[in-house]
Amino acid sequence: MRKKLNLNQALVDKARTSAAKTAEDTQAFITKHTTVAVERAICRLLGIDGTNEVEVPLPNVVVDHLQEKQLLHMGAAYHIGNAIIETGLTPQQIAVEVDNGKLDFSRLKINTVGDAKKVVTPVAYAAIMRISDNAARRKDYLEEYGEKEAPLLYVIVATGNIYEDITQAKAAARQGADVIAVIRTTGQSLLDYVPYGATTEGFGGTYATQENFRLMRAALDEVGAEQKRYIRLCNYCSGLCMPEIAAMGALERLDMMLNDALYGILFRDINMQRTVIDQYFSRMINSFAGIIINTGEDNYLTTADAVEEAHTVLASQFLNEQFALAAGLREEQQGLGHAFEMDPEVEDAFLYELAQAQMAREIFPKAPLKYMPPTKFITGNIFKAYVQNALFNAVTVITEQKVHLLGMLTEAIHTPFLSDRALAIDNARYIEKTMRHLGDEITFSEGGIIQSRAAEVLEKAAALLEEIERMGLFATLERGMFAGIKRARDGGKGLSGVTQKGEFYFNPFIDEMKGGPAV
Amino acid sequence: MSAENDNVRKNDAEITSDQKRLRPYGDTMNDGKVQISFTLPVKDDEKGMEAASRFAKKMGIENPGIANHIPLDSEFTMYIIYGNVEHTVDYTAIQVSAANEKTMDMEAINDFIRKRIGRKVVFVGASTGTDAHTVGIDAIINQKGLAGHYGLERYEMIEAHNLGSQVPNEEFLRKAKELDADVLLVSQTVTQKDVHIQNMTELIELMEADNIRPNYIVICGGPRISNELAKELGFDAGFGPGKFAEDVATFAVTELAKKF
Repeated sequence: MRKKLNLNQALVDKARTSAAKTAEDTQAFITKHTTVAVERAICRLLGIDGTNEVEVPLPNVVVDHLQEKQLLHMGAAYHIGNAIIETGLTPQQIAVEVDNGKLDFSRLKINTVGDAKKVVTPVAYAAIMRISDNAARRKDYLEEYGEKEAPLLYVIVATGNIYEDITQAKAAARQGADVIAVIRTTGQSLLDYVPYGATTEGFGGTYATQENFRLMRAALDEVGAEQKRYIRLCNYCSGLCMPEIAAMGALERLDMMLNDALYGILFRDINMQRTVIDQYFSRMINSFAGIIINTGEDNYLTTADAVEEAHTVLASQFLNEQFALAAGLREEQQGLGHAFEMDPEVEDAFLYELAQAQMAREIFPKAPLKYMPPTKFITGNIFKAYVQNALFNAVTVITEQKVHLLGMLTEAIHTPFLSDRALAIDNARYIEKTMRHLGDEITFSEGGIIQSRAAEVLEKAAALLEEIERMGLFATLERGMFAGIKRARDGGKGLSGVTQKGEFYFNPFIDEMKGGPAV
Repeated sequence: MSAENDNVRKNDAEITSDQKRLRPYGDTMNDGKVQISFTLPVKDDEKGMEAASRFAKKMGIENPGIANHIPLDSEFTMYIIYGNVEHTVDYTAIQVSAANEKTMDMEAINDFIRKRIGRKVVFVGASTGTDAHTVGIDAIINQKGLAGHYGLERYEMIEAHNLGSQVPNEEFLRKAKELDADVLLVSQTVTQKDVHIQNMTELIELMEADNIRPNYIVICGGPRISNELAKELGFDAGFGPGKFAEDVATFAVTELAKKF
């Protein structure tokens, strides 16, 4: 796209360098540690699934056992490999034996790491193959149907019942939606396990389970075949189970996943050490699976002011970009978040929104940015909300955003009705069609309101990133520099799940996955 | 001449609303005009429109006119309908309980606290239970407030603590005790399947079980909360949409002063 803002490229480079250094420092901490969620993800990828009779998922059974016996520092892969050598059982059978108390990893004869790797690697390869096949199938679909050039229309379903979600998702796809996101039930991000099986009850959303993923995937493939369009499926690998859900999504061919440690720290009070480690492996899985991540910067503006705090969104995007690159995610997989959240009473707010949306596109030109609709100033006046969403849609089209989350006229009233979603798609398609090439026709006044706004935000973001580079990420979060929320290094949920890796630790998936997308 | 005068008199009568037989207003007094929209799980055809029309009649809408019918999927159709509602309401017989008769502004509230209470008043607020939404509690507590109405943090005579979202009821009460709270603010935004009602009921039950209910002024707020609902659930007051920090604070300090 043509650049219109006359941004100071030296300042963009400087901000990016600061973010890279910050990510590098944090990465040094990350690579020394593992977590219960990372090890459970490894268990899942080695084929351990299902629950015991009190509904504890077997990956939790195995990892809890390792933690209790203080064996986690070697990693689940070593102990499963060792148990395969000693018992000749499959990982799933081993998990069942651990659950019924017949197998104790601490009492097995110890084989060398080399021998354990030898037996675990072929098992790991089965998951690697399945994920590669999924990535190849997505590619085939996109080649067969063609990829949409205009923004991808993204809507949510959130009934709590996967079967009702499917009805709504299929209707939305037929109306023109390109991405269906199944919102998770409230509170799932704080569960330190992933529920199992198809689910029909949830609050404000539906449980993310592997079976629910599979059911929705099949439904969207079906409607996609009928519509001759590839309908993308989005879910959340955020919260306390980031890498596990990333693994499930990779196995069931999800296409987009919400994934942002900073969001978890700030808005779910998840411990910062735990979640940056979890994020690294989850992003690596996403990368290999060809999944686009969505980051949560848009949420900063639901608590902080969108005019005053715009630079924190940009700073966080720079950080998320560097953490993503470190995990092997290509720029084309980085759905960095931003939002249209200014107070409608602010004079020229539309110009500022336009400036910021254009700025994000110019700074991250290859990233499929996730642009969020207004929510904070949607009041329950559905008629005005429809206009607010129309202005947001106009900015989306003019600045060529890639992932276009549609605003609902009933935001702040209820989770979307079938008709709310249809009206939102109608609104977006109307604007997309009638303003299709408006962006190409527009030039912004040199030094005018729009260019000046973008310059100001960039300047502040670069200064903030310089400060973050000096303090380090954790200290920054302790000082409340994002969204005005302070978090303690040892506070929040999930710290007890962090373990320092031992000398002989290994994760059989890192070598296979760190090279980027499978296809 | 006399016929014309009659007409003028008749029109005069019709531009006055009938307060005992109140009806919605479209463009003519007492015309009862309403607009509704809904979706039926049927295909978009004549039979679907007849079904929509019958629904409207059952809702008391005379002469329903289907302004638009929009197919949402093969078996779902949305209808936009206008018509005259036949029902009336006796406006003169209505009595509602509003939490405050008159809301004080920030400075008046600070003065009131200085004079009547004589120390800072401690507010502790959270979005409780599984509710992850902080928009409401932030608008009331955070310094900046909302739409030009400063939040409680800005009040000189108020010490406000915002515990954020997804705070379990037990933890909320533990924190309230620890911070020596006078006033508890509970925000509930998620409304699916009435989860907010269960959660709010549980809070009051927990407080009653521990005999601590009288120790606090307990207030709830959210888009689906009214003062009536709040009182029914055992809260001191409830605030719905369009209420700000000063509305909540006025009620809380007025109630609190009665204890001093």
